Amino acid sequence: MPAKSSNSTPIRVLIAKPGLDGHDRGAKVVARALRDAGMEVIYVGLRQTPESIVDSAIEEDVDLVGLSCLSGAHMALFPRVLRLLKARRAGNLPVFAGGIIPDGDAKALRKAGIKAIFGPGTTLEEIVTTARKLARPHA
Amino acid sequence: MSPAERLPAPARELLKGDRRALARLISAVEDHDPAALPSLRALYRRTGHARVIGVTGPLGVGKSSLLNALLKRLREQGRRVGIVAVDPSSPFSGGSVLGDRIRIERPPGDDGVFVRSMASRGHTGGVAAATREVCRLLDAYGMDTILVETVGSGQVDVEIREVATTSVVVLVPHLGDEVQSLKAGLFEIADVFCVNKSDLPGAETAAKDLGELLGLGPASSGWRPAVVTTSTKDGTGVDSLWSAIEAHEAYLDRAGLRASQERERLGQEIVGMVAERVARDLRDGIDRDPELAQLLEEVVARRIDPQSAADRLYRDRARRR
Repeated sequence: MPAKSSNSTPIRVLIAKPGLDGHDRGAKVVARALRDAGMEVIYVGLRQTPESIVDSAIEEDVDLVGLSCLSGAHMALFPRVLRLLKARRAGNLPVFAGGIIPDGDAKALRKAGIKAIFGPGTTLEEIVTTARKLARPHA
Repeated sequence: MSPAERLPAPARELLKGDRRALARLISAVEDHDPAALPSLRALYRRTGHARVIGVTGPLGVGKSSLLNALLKRLREQGRRVGIVAVDPSSPFSGGSVLGDRIRIERPPGDDGVFVRSMASRGHTGGVAAATREVCRLLDAYGMDTILVETVGSGQVDVEIREVATTSVVVLVPHLGDEVQSLKAGLFEIADVFCVNKSDLPGAETAAKDLGELLGLGPASSGWRPAVVTTSTKDGTGVDSLWSAIEAHEAYLDRAGLRASQERERLGQEIVGMVAERVARDLRDGIDRDPELAQLLEEVVARRIDPQSAADRLYRDRARRR
């Protein structure tokens, strides 16, 4: 089956919070903004393991994965999600992230394959625009 | 050439147990991608084995949590379970937040479960247009039990009947007095009533009232809907719920209704597909077909009424065929 390319079908995006972190307000705000931009948001919320995130991404056949982490464990959790996706032959699935992520870490995460990182102060418009570009690069 | 070799590649991969192939075919069905048709055609012959159980009821009554409780039980029995959970699409943006998956807990790496969230994509009735076809894909994949959760349903969202062999209507205490359950629609489609949140006061009364009202109806159909009370807080009543579902499934076999109901559903499905195509042709025709445009002008000018225009259109098309 060829990869999805049509522009008329809704973009499907998974929003998840890996690890032990109880702060989900940001993820919910982003989920709502993506919904209002016409996307289908599969919201799995808090306390997800990287394994369950990858299971969800594959079963839901999403175009995009968004991870949020405010606990400081992003350097362990985000790259693990990327590795597991690769192991399941889904390494080309774009992953973006948000949270409290120091500049140095952000650089390393981008190098590891996270496509976009949104810190505090990012506008929802910027997130929506970037999500669209990541999901449908040729649209 | 063996039959397996003649299968289109996505269908072949699905039958080999490839979860990504299944997930992508589901997307293709949802997106009406014509590229999926050869696979769907090839897989249809391999379907018809799974039991499809529908779980419906108003929003917030605990449908997803009940599904999670049933899933745990079914996996302990070694059943392979597919879950299709439908949530509404926005009529404004077309977007959707699909939040049923959040309730489903499962051990990592358990490939005896496949969960898929679906947006209703403008379809009314409680399920999505493609829900039936998605169930078939899960069936072909080898799931023996498929649980379908509808959108939070209103009184008229009864389309789960077209998808499931057993429909469970989930309610909670204090949804309204007994008169609510006399009304047509949702209350009529239940094979099993489940009064959830039985840890809250009023659950026993609600179940009792339901049971009494069911006793008022004619016993003509041979099946009187079971009423069970459950609480997903501690799992109370979940076993009884599953027993009631199984009892209804057994009744369908015993009474010889399984085949006849399936026949009826498939008939409805085919008619629905044709109706949709004819409707699409006609709608497109309003812009392109000069005869149709002329007819529309007559109605706009109030020289003829819409009903007469429809009659003329129907007759003309029937004659041309």
